[in-house]
Amino acid sequence: MTDSPLVGIVLVSHSGPVATSVADLAAGLAGGKATAPVAPAGGTEDGGLGTSADLIAAAARSVDRGAGVALLVDLGSAVLTVKALLAEGDELPPDSRLVDAPFVEGAVAAVVTASAGADLDAVEAAAHEAYAYRKE
Amino acid sequence: MLDAEFFRRWMTATAAAVDREAERLTELDSPIGDADHGSNLRRGFTAVAAALEKDPPDTPGAVLTLAGRQLISTVGGASGPLYGTLLRRTGKELGEAAEVSEAQFADALRAGVDAVAKLGGAVPGDKTMVDALEPAVAELATSFRAAAEAAARGAEATVPLIARKGRASYLGERSAGHQDPGATSTALLFAALAEAAGDGAEG
Repeated sequence: MTDSPLVGIVLVSHSGPVATSVADLAAGLAGGKATAPVAPAGGTEDGGLGTSADLIAAAARSVDRGAGVALLVDLGSAVLTVKALLAEGDELPPDSRLVDAPFVEGAVAAVVTASAGADLDAVEAAAHEAYAYRKE
Repeated sequence: MLDAEFFRRWMTATAAAVDREAERLTELDSPIGDADHGSNLRRGFTAVAAALEKDPPDTPGAVLTLAGRQLISTVGGASGPLYGTLLRRTGKELGEAAEVSEAQFADALRAGVDAVAKLGGAVPGDKTMVDALEPAVAELATSFRAAAEAAARGAEATVPLIARKGRASYLGERSAGHQDPGATSTALLFAALAEAAGDGAEG
């Protein structure tokens, strides 16, 4: 299992710093030295707030190891852009999937699970399950 | 019959209309959105016009598919994937025919509108572009002019509505009293269609 390729994670936010920081947070909390590949795709190409289809596609390609890519998104155009790219069919690596999950908690769950060698279904389930984590 | 040149004219006319109205779209987007609709769409349709001029596709389907792809990659806001999906899905429905009938175009646009509604999860009355798209596509069988007028009426009818989709929905009742920017830009898209057909106000 440890020799099989790991699921890649892409974090899509309206803000570049948010995407990058959440990627750092998730990788940091995943601990171990061999964490799953994670790439942020935040903001627009000129550094503004928004969503860039090209940054998302590039990030997905950069984390694709052949085991699938889980994309986590924040809201609005981030959700719609990933959905539109998935509908296009050839923009994202095969087995790319929009994961319905809270952005920060889902990212941590996804990276931890993917780093343990879980497959895309298990990564998606773990990230989605983060919705059930109550804080009171 | 409608050829690739007609669809290129439609996109060029839309780019000009969006450029002309960008300030107004952004103003409409200020009280209930994030004040970027005009500038986002201007960037998107400028890229569409440039791409169509650089390497003009020779079928109606290819014109709209390329335009949709450009919008998805250049707009940067929710209107990019929404309008991109509208045009791309419509283009795919048109296939590779060199010319299409107005009825074929109306059917294809119906599929495009359905794809947008599915992508955004919006239904008529949610104060979105769907409020202009639905009446416009319903009137397309009558004439391009009728579709443009229906889109404009649909956009105006969003004023009293409470937004149920997108950023404006966070405002709840405070979103009422403002015309939806997305429905307004949809009216521009259909006005440009009538213009491309020589069926607009200016003939």
